[in-house]
Amino acid sequence: MAQVVLTLADDISTDVIYPGRFMATVLPSETPQFAFADYEINARLKSGQIAPGSAIVAGANFGCGSSREQAASTLKGHELIVVAKGFARIFLQNSANLGLRTIICPDIEASVGDELEFTPAEVVNKTTGKRFEIVPLPKARQDIIDAGGLIAYTRKRLLEARGAA
Amino acid sequence: MGMTIVQKILARAAGRSEVAVGEVVEPAVDLAMSHENGALVMNQFFEVFKGTGLEPTVWDPSKIAIILDHRVPAESAKTATNQKKIREFVAKQGITKFHDIRGDQGGICHQILPEHGYTRPGQVIVGTDSHTTSHGAVGAFSFGIGATEMAGVWALGRIFNVEVPATIKVVVNGVLPEGVLPKDLILHLIGSISAEGANFQVIEFHGRGVTSMPLSGRLTICNMSVEAGATSGIVPADAETERYLREEAGVTDPLDMVAPDADAEYSRVIEIDAASLAPQIACPHTVDRVRPVDQVAGVKVHQIVIGSCTNGRLDDLEVAARILKGRRVANGVRMLIFPASWRIYREALRRGMLAELVDAGAVVMNPGCGCCLGVHQGALGDGEVALSTTNRNFKGRMGNPNAEVYLCSPAVAAASALTGVITDPR
Ligand code: SF4
Repeated sequence: MAQVVLTLADDISTDVIYPGRFMATVLPSETPQFAFADYEINARLKSGQIAPGSAIVAGANFGCGSSREQAASTLKGHELIVVAKGFARIFLQNSANLGLRTIICPDIEASVGDELEFTPAEVVNKTTGKRFEIVPLPKARQDIIDAGGLIAYTRKRLLEARGAA
Repeated sequence: MGMTIVQKILARAAGRSEVAVGEVVEPAVDLAMSHENGALVMNQFFEVFKGTGLEPTVWDPSKIAIILDHRVPAESAKTATNQKKIREFVAKQGITKFHDIRGDQGGICHQILPEHGYTRPGQVIVGTDSHTTSHGAVGAFSFGIGATEMAGVWALGRIFNVEVPATIKVVVNGVLPEGVLPKDLILHLIGSISAEGANFQVIEFHGRGVTSMPLSGRLTICNMSVEAGATSGIVPADAETERYLREEAGVTDPLDMVAPDADAEYSRVIEIDAASLAPQIACPHTVDRVRPVDQVAGVKVHQIVIGSCTNGRLDDLEVAARILKGRRVANGVRMLIFPASWRIYREALRRGMLAELVDAGAVVMNPGCGCCLGVHQGALGDGEVALSTTNRNFKGRMGNPNAEVYLCSPAVAAASALTGVITDPR
């Protein structure tokens, strides 16, 4: 079960998720402090008021704009789940690579405070009783997620290519 | 079955005779570009090698380009330290396509790459920057990726899990009228198909409006294709591509002038009548809120910006200099200009354009990303409005979520600098 802690409109850009002025901070261990830095939720995230496994529900084209991987690592650092009507390409790929859970749910309806449950095929809004279909991630991305993220996947491929030590 | 230009490029790079849309391939990479975020790529690259017992060496140091541009000269100790680490890495790995903060070689990555002939038709190019779409201008398949993906490219020279994208064909009939620039064309397209209208697809540009466009303009339209969500924009290589690469970039090797098949399949065909276009403005806070200039004329502006990887080229500065020459930037307006590279800066200096701009009251900054991404120079105050030739107007983009950014061509920016309000340059 995931509680909705934030709902957002369409076209939320990476400048909103992780403003450019914090881009000198790159390490996944350090980026979480700047998640939604210009918005009220930042303080709640930083003070630990939001439980890991909570959900953000967004509109279409979430994560549009810059390729900055900090936008995915900053949300991953808080173990948030992003349910959106759609995602921008690079953000979706970065999320798979870093293990940020993204759910494509074109008809999702939810408000702050609602409890969501995820089945492989649906998002169930336990608060309203409504169910919404999930669009599965492309298989190529799922393979990376199953391998435990892109670092692990690349390491495996590297050992195959350059031979085990 | 006919193939689009991107299908052809991917088939070659994946060692196949053909590839179908939706198929997953692992193309070999011809050029891998990073900027300051190379510091994060390095971190992920070392992570990949951890515990393998292998020496962390890149697959081919001649195919990696690193350009320091986002915060030059460094605005903070943290950035300076990242840049220092990159310099050390570049020296250790023998990376040759490295451009430091120097008047004889620096600039914005998306200008440096074509300017030095690093980008060629038919190549697969990846960059840790969303505007890597720019290099479709020379007929390459060029797209943005994240830092961890780039670490994989540095290690193995391939990009994993590329789904062959569908392609939207945009045909620009006729030529752009006087005072209407490539920026207006791409803003119009983004406005009409929306910020996600080309998500996961490529935009292939055709028609006389494109074949008659100099390479600088093609860089502008491919650069901003990502603002419609496109994986890349691409202009099939032609005589102008060859002219640019030979005459301006000094390329002497044979070029692979790959073209789409006549019977290629497109997801959609969009026709645009160039002659009917007017100057366009993207209004805050999304790039697809596009209006013809007359609908927003009169909006008061505090800062005018000309520059960036979208519109910081010599012809952009020339347009501005022509409008501003012998006149004065309106009181209460700050005009900031950052040329896209030092080569452009030196040429504009030589031709007297920089003097004309400065005499008019503009401030010419050092080449680089400048205020485009809101970290370095030219942040906006609360409630202020910027009119900019850059490519993004998202909330907070120019360093302040309580300010507004409008996007336009260099002609609109220069005409508005004289009046202090958004103005039609025609
Ligand atoms: S000029 Fe702006 S859009 Fe272009 S690379 Fe630099 S920050 Fe990105």
